Amino acid sequence: MAGHDHDHLHDHPHDHPHDHSHGSELSETQLRVRALETVLTEKGYIDPAALDAIIDAYETKIGPRNGSVVVARAWTDPAFKKALLADASKAVASMGHLSRVGDHLVAVENTPQRHNMIVCTLCSCYPWEVLGLPPVWYKSAPYRSRAVKDPRGVLDDFGITLPKNTEVRVWDSTAETRFIVLPMRPAGTEGWSEEKLADLVTRDSMIGTGLPLNPAELDSKVK
Amino acid sequence: MTIDPAEARRASEAVPSIPCDAEGPVFREPWEAQAFALTLSLYDRGLFQWPEWATVLGDEIKKAQAAGDPDTGETYYRHWLAALERIVAEKGVTDTGTLRKYYDAWDHAADRTPHGSPIELKPEDFR
Repeated sequence: MAGHDHDHLHDHPHDHPHDHSHGSELSETQLRVRALETVLTEKGYIDPAALDAIIDAYETKIGPRNGSVVVARAWTDPAFKKALLADASKAVASMGHLSRVGDHLVAVENTPQRHNMIVCTLCSCYPWEVLGLPPVWYKSAPYRSRAVKDPRGVLDDFGITLPKNTEVRVWDSTAETRFIVLPMRPAGTEGWSEEKLADLVTRDSMIGTGLPLNPAELDSKVK
Repeated sequence: MTIDPAEARRASEAVPSIPCDAEGPVFREPWEAQAFALTLSLYDRGLFQWPEWATVLGDEIKKAQAAGDPDTGETYYRHWLAALERIVAEKGVTDTGTLRKYYDAWDHAADRTPHGSPIELKPEDFR
């Protein structure tokens, strides 16, 4: 029983091997977990009111901090950055803070010439292992359709205006290949420790719908 | 139901192959944490003891290996889920037929729910 690419295949304009047998995106494992959860709740074995606590646990255990640390390392260690851009799954696994990293994680680097954004046009494939739970808007139809057609418009909605000559490149995730954006290191952070740099790296900056905080923004966030 | 860190640590000591970092179990996807939390919760209810759980899980892993699973850790929580389904059936909490019925109902609920909306189970999903 494969989690993805089962049941019937769909005609897509591009090769996008998802599980798309449903109107919404529940994988076979998600269905099994939901079935268990519902049955156990109805029988009084578990307390559904505490589901929020589990969500909290996801956020701390598989939250975007994992990704922030990876970005901060790439900003300070050129050899790591090279390894990350060559094979992100391997580079992230080498940091040892995660016991497992999904196959084919690809890091895409922002430069003054190019800004990267990630999307999953057909469902909500997302690099869980480095970013945690996807935000609600990432899964929403408007983001999924507009990110490709009008990426600058989407960035505008997020309050991001890029220089006119910066190209915007949109990466469409699949079940097999997920992306993380390596944002540009903010100015004025020379000599900062990895730990302090990681505080600048927001979740959205690793999706490409945001930029890292600058030192002044970090100050105001702390205060 | 919460993932109590002390409880989670006891579970990971009792079942040594749980993927962990310094702070306790780690998960690749939310459903894995969910399956883990369900198991902890059932343990709290006294449904089974950890050695019993480890035996069932170990057996599911062996079965999967025999069926060609590379067992690199990527599939660990798939085995965990299979063990969970099995132990609730063995303990008479529910049976595979009921789980199948709910699986199909959730599948139906997903089918009729547009992308981006929360998926909720309704009576009509049980056909």
